[in-house]
Amino acid sequence: MATLFSKPHAMADVPLHYCPGCTHGIVHRLIAEAIDDLGIEGRTIGIAPVGCSVFAYDYFNCDMVEAAHGRAPAVATGIKRVDPDHVVFTYQGDGDLAAIGTAETVHAATRGENITVIFINNAIYGMTGGQMAPTSLPGQVTQTTPYGRDVKTAGYPIRVCEMLSTLDGVALAQRVTVDCVKNVRTAKKAIKKAFEYQIEGLGYSIVEVVSSCPTNWGLSPKDALEWLRQNMLPYYPLGVYKDVKEGESRE
Amino acid sequence: MSERVLMKGNEALAEAAISAGCRHFFGYPITPQTEVAAYMAKRMPKVGGTYLQAESEVSAINMVLGASSAGARVMTSSSSPGISLKSEGISYLAGSDLPALIINVQRAGPGLGGIQPSQADYWQATRSTGHGDFHILVLAPSTVQEMVDLVADAFDLGDKYRMPVMILSDGMLGQMMEPVSLPEKAVESLPEKPWATNGHKNQRKHNVINSLYINPPELETLLHERYKKYDHINKTEQRAEEYLTDDADLIIVAYGASSRVSRSAIDMARAEGIKVGMIRPITLWPYPVDYIEKNVNHVNSFLCVEMSMGQMVDDVRLAVNGRKPVSFFGRTGGIIPTPIEVLNEIKKIAGGI
Amino acid sequence: MPTIIVSENICKGCELCIDACPRGLIILAKDKINSKGYHPAYLTDPSQCTGCRSCAMMCPDVAITVEGD
Repeated sequence: MATLFSKPHAMADVPLHYCPGCTHGIVHRLIAEAIDDLGIEGRTIGIAPVGCSVFAYDYFNCDMVEAAHGRAPAVATGIKRVDPDHVVFTYQGDGDLAAIGTAETVHAATRGENITVIFINNAIYGMTGGQMAPTSLPGQVTQTTPYGRDVKTAGYPIRVCEMLSTLDGVALAQRVTVDCVKNVRTAKKAIKKAFEYQIEGLGYSIVEVVSSCPTNWGLSPKDALEWLRQNMLPYYPLGVYKDVKEGESRE
Repeated sequence: MSERVLMKGNEALAEAAISAGCRHFFGYPITPQTEVAAYMAKRMPKVGGTYLQAESEVSAINMVLGASSAGARVMTSSSSPGISLKSEGISYLAGSDLPALIINVQRAGPGLGGIQPSQADYWQATRSTGHGDFHILVLAPSTVQEMVDLVADAFDLGDKYRMPVMILSDGMLGQMMEPVSLPEKAVESLPEKPWATNGHKNQRKHNVINSLYINPPELETLLHERYKKYDHINKTEQRAEEYLTDDADLIIVAYGASSRVSRSAIDMARAEGIKVGMIRPITLWPYPVDYIEKNVNHVNSFLCVEMSMGQMVDDVRLAVNGRKPVSFFGRTGGIIPTPIEVLNEIKKIAGGI
Repeated sequence: MPTIIVSENICKGCELCIDACPRGLIILAKDKINSKGYHPAYLTDPSQCTGCRSCAMMCPDVAITVEGD
């Protein structure tokens, strides 16, 4: 009997702490598969953020560093500048990347810092129990927007791929999701490409994964993915926002 | 003895860091430390190193954290308001057991304060460079030559104890020029760092650099272990210079720029027959309490001279522990006390003896 | 014959594999509660499994191993 599918080597053989149906685990696996496919585990260093994926340092078998909230791109920069042969990735949520770490994100991108950023956008702060994120949708009810996000007082969501694609240092900015098998396959290709672009020295690469948070959205895992399709994807269209080799393509 | 050259404190410090094997500098411009960054921008590319101007002090210190995680000898420099911004990263460095050199060329505060020399960040450096239970090593040079000499020691101490080290300079020491001898030989090999996150090369288990310990007993145990290291440092790493303390009735305690002024005042007082000496702390953490202890019985009193409203005087009082009077004299807001002012203070106290 | 192996104590019963299976072969074992307190997923009719890996690709806990010839 041959094994057709099993946990990738770069993913640690420990149970994940995430809530049932949380898509963090799918994305972790895709990153680990990309690391395995490219044979880079021995020279890869991952940076875990603050947020639900704060324990990511326990979930990958490559070397890992835990960064302060929002500072992952700066920490990644320090590691990458010590040895350009390091393959460095950050794993960041929407609060980490697009609120408290906006400056670090924008400047790492505009420097063309040769790192790979995996950005989980689930439009909410999960770890602290469901507060408004920089990517929460207009009208979205969260613990801190109990009457729905009012754009007059709470402002508008940030579209990260669109914003970063305007910067010259960015090699790849692609938005994917993992709501179904087909999209998981696309996400895997994007993540692998982001690592390949780093290995080729092309600059900053970001893959934004539109994700679900069943617990804090108050939905079953299945309904959360449907909510994602109905509400998130119209505001955050999937597609390639920048690709220095292949150009743009939107869905 | 190597050739003596005339150099600015900030630039001498930067060159000494390169000699000590530092090849990574991350910083952000702020007066009066900018010469360190400018010098590094010029020199680092010539020695195959990295100079990177970060988008903020917060980013710079986190770049330092990344480079240190990867095993590099790394530094940053700033001045008072910038150190406040770095305090997040310094706490994470300490909590992750990472070495790094942080320079504070102090200016007056609080807030934007002013750009003239000050020693008002003593509490920040020795008590609370960030949140949580931790210490960093703090070294205080008083001449440009000592700045050069302490840089190499700072890197070595940081690596030895796996903790951040601060050189607490000030706008006067950073900006002034003095003749210095730079190290004749650059450091060629640096200590092994088997804990570094520099890629496991399929030869070891993965390394993790982390300061998160969600389980309270685990964190408490770790902090106890770290404090054993701090205890050891307290016992073994105290440094101070004594000046004319043997027969002194009054001992001035002063570090950095204010110790230079105090030394001139002491010489003037001695010329008038007043027996005054000085303890000049070189390590501010660990505080050189042994030097106070050694002298506490034979003197009548202590005078702490600082360019602040009185911060280090707390440590002098703790060390003296009520056994002798401790008084304070300081100028602040960016003003350097004159030797005459200190002399007058000496006379006030000596007159009362 | 391809089949799937669900790590029963890793499974959180989220049901994403159930939707992913093109043949509708996976259900939760309502008669079982694992060490985490969830009903684990299981394959109802191994003879129908094609080893397409869809369930494993959607499993957020990487709890599914797929084996085949």
